[in-house]
Amino acid sequence: MARRSRIKTLKIDGRDVGAHEDQTILQLARENNITIPTLCHIEGLSVPGACRLCLVEVKGWRKLVPACATYADEGMEVFTDSERLRSYRRMILELLFSEGNHVCAVCVSNGHCELQSLAQHLGMDHVRYPNLQPVRLVDMTHSRFTLDRNRCILCLRCVRVCDEIEGAHTWDVKGRGVDARVISDLDTPWGESPTCTTCGKCVNVCPVGALVEKGRAVGEMVKRQEFLPYLSSMREVKR
Amino acid sequence: MSKVTVATVWLDGCSGCHMSLIDMDERLIELAEKIDVVYSPLVDNKTYPDSVDVAIVEGAVSSTDDEAKIKKIRAHTKILVALGDCAVAANIPAMRNPIPVRDVMDRAYFETADVQPQIPDQVVPSLLPIVRPIHEVVDVDVFVQGCPPSADTIYYVITELLAGRKPDLRNRTRPGA
Repeated sequence: MARRSRIKTLKIDGRDVGAHEDQTILQLARENNITIPTLCHIEGLSVPGACRLCLVEVKGWRKLVPACATYADEGMEVFTDSERLRSYRRMILELLFSEGNHVCAVCVSNGHCELQSLAQHLGMDHVRYPNLQPVRLVDMTHSRFTLDRNRCILCLRCVRVCDEIEGAHTWDVKGRGVDARVISDLDTPWGESPTCTTCGKCVNVCPVGALVEKGRAVGEMVKRQEFLPYLSSMREVKR
Repeated sequence: MSKVTVATVWLDGCSGCHMSLIDMDERLIELAEKIDVVYSPLVDNKTYPDSVDVAIVEGAVSSTDDEAKIKKIRAHTKILVALGDCAVAANIPAMRNPIPVRDVMDRAYFETADVQPQIPDQVVPSLLPIVRPIHEVVDVDVFVQGCPPSADTIYYVITELLAGRKPDLRNRTRPGA
C-alpha cells in the first residue's frame, strides 16, 4: 500500500535526508543509521517524551527538543551530538542513578540493562550527585514476577504496554516527584490483582531490573521485546 | 630514574578488586620494574608514606576509620584512583543506607548473637550514618567502575598513568562489570 504523504527535506548532523511528514526526528535518524540515545521510548508504544535522553538541537531554535516527539520538518537542521547534549545526557543518567537504589553488581539484569548500557556508552564514569537512598518497597506477591521499585526509573513502559497493548491497565502511578511510584490496581498487592492477566509484557518491556521473572540470579534476566512491533502493527490494521 | 610509588588501599570492599589486581599475573613482574608498592594490604608497611605518586583505592567510606584514612591518603597522594564500584558508587556496602545504623548494629550484634550480645566499642571503628563513595569525601582523579574491574582494565589504567595519560575507560568497563 503506497503511503500518501508529502516528503520533507532536512539535514541531520550535516547529512541531507528525506522524511515523510508523519515521521519524527528519532524515526528518521534511525532510518539513516544515526544513533540517538533513548530510554522511555520503545517502538510500538505511545510517546511520552519523558526521559529527555533523546534531546537534540535544531538550528535557530533556542530550546532543545525531544527527537522522539518532534516531527521532521522542511528545512530543519538537526544536530544529535554535541558537547552540550552529551553533558545533559550524562546529567540525566546521573540523576536517575542518584534517585533510586541501583546496584548493578547484584542485579538480575546486570549486563542486559538499558540504563547500565547507556551509562557505559555515554561516558558516565561516576555520579556527581549524592544518592537519595529512598526507601522503596518490593512486591513479590505475584506467582511468576517481581516488582523491585529500587531499580525503577519511572519510564512507564509497563504502564503503557499494559494499557495500550494488553488492554488490562493493571499498572499506574501514585505520588508526585520523588514519591512517584508504580502501583498495581489501587495500590494493592500485584499477586491479588483482578486485572493482571500474567501476560508478562510489562516485564519484557522494562528496560532495567525493576520488573523481572522470579527465580533469576545475577545477570540472568534477559528481556524479549520482539513481540511489541508485531502486536502494535496488528492493532493498527484498518478493516 | 626512580620508580613511581604506588599505594593500594582497602576500605569497605570485599577485597575482590585486590584479587583482580593480583590477577594481572605475569604482568605484575613487568610493572614491578617501573613501580614500587609502598603501602598495601599486600606489603608490611603500616603507615602511609609522606608522598605517594598513585593511590589505588578499593571500597567505600563506611566507618570513622575509612574516613580518616582516605583524608590522610588524599593529603599525601598525587593521583587518587577510585577502583571498583564500591569506591566509585558505594555499591553493595551502601545497601544499608536506607536502614538506620542502630538497626544494622542490632541485627548484627544482638538479634543474631548466640553469646555475649554487645555492641563493640573498642578497636572496631564505629559506622558512619551512611556509606559514601570516595569522591563525596575527597577529590578523586580517576574513576574505574566494575565489580571488580578486570585485570586487563586495571593493567590498562596503571600503564596509561605511567605513560602520563588519563585512562579513557568508556569501552573497557562499566558499573557491575
